[in-house]
Amino acid sequence: MKIRVTVNGTAHDSDVEPRTLLVHYVREVLGLTGTNIGCDTSSCGACSLHLNGEAVKSCTVLAVQADGAEVTTIEGMASADGTMHPMQQAFMENHALQCGYCTPGMVMAASSLLKENPNPTEEEVRLGLEGNLCRCTGYHNIVKAVLACAGE
Amino acid sequence: MTIIDDRPGAVLGTRRLRKEDPALLTGEAKYTNDLNIPGALHLALVRSPYAHARILSVDLSAALAMPGVVAAYSGADLMSLWAAPMPSAWPVTADMKNPAHYPVAVGKVTYMGDGVACVLATSEAAARDAVEAVIVEYEALPAIIDVDDALSDRVIIHEGEGTNRSYTWDLKVEGTEGQVDAAFASAAYTVSEHYVQQRLIPMAMEPRAVAAVPQPFGGDMTLYSATQIPHILKVMTALTLGIPEHQMRVVAPAVGGGFGAKLDVYAEELLCVALARKHKAPVRWNEERGENTQASIHGRAQKQHIELAADADGKLTAVRVRLLADMGGYLQLITPGIPLLGAFLYAGVYDLPAAYDFSCTGVFTTMTPTDAYRGAGRPEATYAIERAMDALAAKMGVDPMELRRRNYIRKDQFPYTAFTGLVYDSGDHEAAADMAAGLADYAGKRARQATQNVPGATKRLGIGVCSYFEMCGLAPSRVLASLNYGAGGWEAATVRILPTNKVQVVTGTAPHGQGHETSWSMIVADKLGISPDDVDVLHSDTAIAPLGLDTYGSRSLPVGGVAIAMACDKVIDKAKKIAAHQLEANEDDLEFAGGTFTVKGSPDKAMPLAAIAFEAFTAHNLPDGLEPNLEAQVTYDPPNFSWPFGTHICTVEVDTETGQVEVLQYVAVD
Repeated sequence: MKIRVTVNGTAHDSDVEPRTLLVHYVREVLGLTGTNIGCDTSSCGACSLHLNGEAVKSCTVLAVQADGAEVTTIEGMASADGTMHPMQQAFMENHALQCGYCTPGMVMAASSLLKENPNPTEEEVRLGLEGNLCRCTGYHNIVKAVLACAGE
Repeated sequence: MTIIDDRPGAVLGTRRLRKEDPALLTGEAKYTNDLNIPGALHLALVRSPYAHARILSVDLSAALAMPGVVAAYSGADLMSLWAAPMPSAWPVTADMKNPAHYPVAVGKVTYMGDGVACVLATSEAAARDAVEAVIVEYEALPAIIDVDDALSDRVIIHEGEGTNRSYTWDLKVEGTEGQVDAAFASAAYTVSEHYVQQRLIPMAMEPRAVAAVPQPFGGDMTLYSATQIPHILKVMTALTLGIPEHQMRVVAPAVGGGFGAKLDVYAEELLCVALARKHKAPVRWNEERGENTQASIHGRAQKQHIELAADADGKLTAVRVRLLADMGGYLQLITPGIPLLGAFLYAGVYDLPAAYDFSCTGVFTTMTPTDAYRGAGRPEATYAIERAMDALAAKMGVDPMELRRRNYIRKDQFPYTAFTGLVYDSGDHEAAADMAAGLADYAGKRARQATQNVPGATKRLGIGVCSYFEMCGLAPSRVLASLNYGAGGWEAATVRILPTNKVQVVTGTAPHGQGHETSWSMIVADKLGISPDDVDVLHSDTAIAPLGLDTYGSRSLPVGGVAIAMACDKVIDKAKKIAAHQLEANEDDLEFAGGTFTVKGSPDKAMPLAAIAFEAFTAHNLPDGLEPNLEAQVTYDPPNFSWPFGTHICTVEVDTETGQVEVLQYVAVD
């Protein structure tokens, strides 16, 4: 099926199998491999990206559902001059990552969370990120990073 | 963010942003399944839905007819590709049963998820579609999921072995025969406890991923894998596939966590290499999460029987341990040795005379093979001894912390030679316990417990105490030899000062989230008096870092980090010769600080490392016989393990009507 998706500001016209998942589309068709696949079952959130400004788990969205939509992946978060997004910067400064595999999904989910709720409590951050799993950090520094970013 | 202090010698121990983070945060880091490999064929496996079954037939014809399918194979079809069965590198006893295990099963399967056939196709989707079209006929056999049941041998899993017992390994202290029995016979108190260490799934966030890429000429092969052990994998791949070792290169790109499960040599790694050779094309495989739970190793899985004997004061006089360790359906890389890594630790942090009797029996079941998982054998030991101490305290009517205090190895006893011959270098268990008790308000909690846990109360307070030792920094090679492990425990490092005073550090460690690039740079920065930003850490590619034993067992800093520090010292020694020559001074009169050699007493006579680096490069004016480079390699074999210790106290409230447990407080002093 023919779709047109705007990803990180660039429009792409593609012909995809109807069963193609959005995560496979961005990774394999567009070569944007920053979005990771962790579980194939929408449990872990590693594949989170923004679909029309809202975080979704892209392993549970068909590429054809993104037809006409605006998608932002982790590659689209930094500014054109390479300056990291404040959430990326906050993750770095608060040591909110180790192996980094959950990190793109975390950053996408966390930035979407702050858009909805710019001043969350710690509890709200934990609740808001409960769909994103991390195995290394124990979450404390991730929560710290999100709160730090909100406080800026 | 505070400004980073880049003054030489002021780096270690300071807070620094990680070098690894920008690539990981922006999506630029490449994990194995992110690699763009043109022309790669995709591998997918047909996996057994049975825990235990005979394979009656494998029909690949429908799969072969599917679009995009290049080839399909049963286990039998692939036998000619293997020079040896899959490796198990730890023959813990001479008579250990180690049934031959091949990447794709032949004849029968012994766990759910065991591969029975595989498909190669031009896309991952095509390969997985074709897997659905492979028809396998099975004769289901009884599943044996319990080690006691397995030991009854009512069903033999590997018929050729005649038993489900893989091995029995005993640790007995020479010259102490009869002491354990005597201690139990004369003990004022004894406890005899049975515990189950549940089987668990390690589950790193990144599933496993593999890509084997044949090089265009000469038969060389590059294997990319989400592994903790590129170096060990290289040797094992060469041996198992009959590839000359110098033609194998293994690269671990960014790796998304390991937790022990990526410390292994897996069927899919061997399959990708073998099929890439056969088809003369790159072959890749990405693990799905469902496969990860079945076909990547599991952890723990023991039944523990521990007995303690104590005198009237509660002082331990003997420990007896009988373990049944679930190996799963086969022995993976170091499966049989995992429970033995805890063999020395079942007396915990306590001052025990020689009366120690440990025996472990490894047992086959029809479950996924077990292997290394976080702490590998040692947390299991801590769990057993600490619960048994609680049981002893309850029996004596003594507070559990008080019982521990009566038994701790005292600070003044360190370095302490244990009954096993191992030397515990340092420790202060009383101090850790005091601090934990203070932070937890232990006395207050016990008082609250006494008033809260009255008859009829449905919300009851529970207080758990654990003092522990870990045996880390794997490992002195001679100790590994005594355990019959198939490799050493050393680590290698090269420090290379480039002509422009930038530094390359080549390490044999293989990080997968630990941040070695940052930490190793900090070690070098402090040693050489340069900025960590001028240090590049090269790792996880056997072509660039050919020597190494990789990352596991809390070894990278205490073994690999020390190797780097020693290599820095060696480079400084060489630089000193050049400085002495050019400053026309005696080497003994030079001192090195802040990246500069100065002549003692004549601070105006000085030569910075940057100048020496360039002199080593031009080689215009070097001492006679000195090789023109500024590089040193060190291979460090540690004389001892490292022995971290501490006490944790956890307070929970249990709703006795619903079973709900709420953690009220967790105090950790490490």
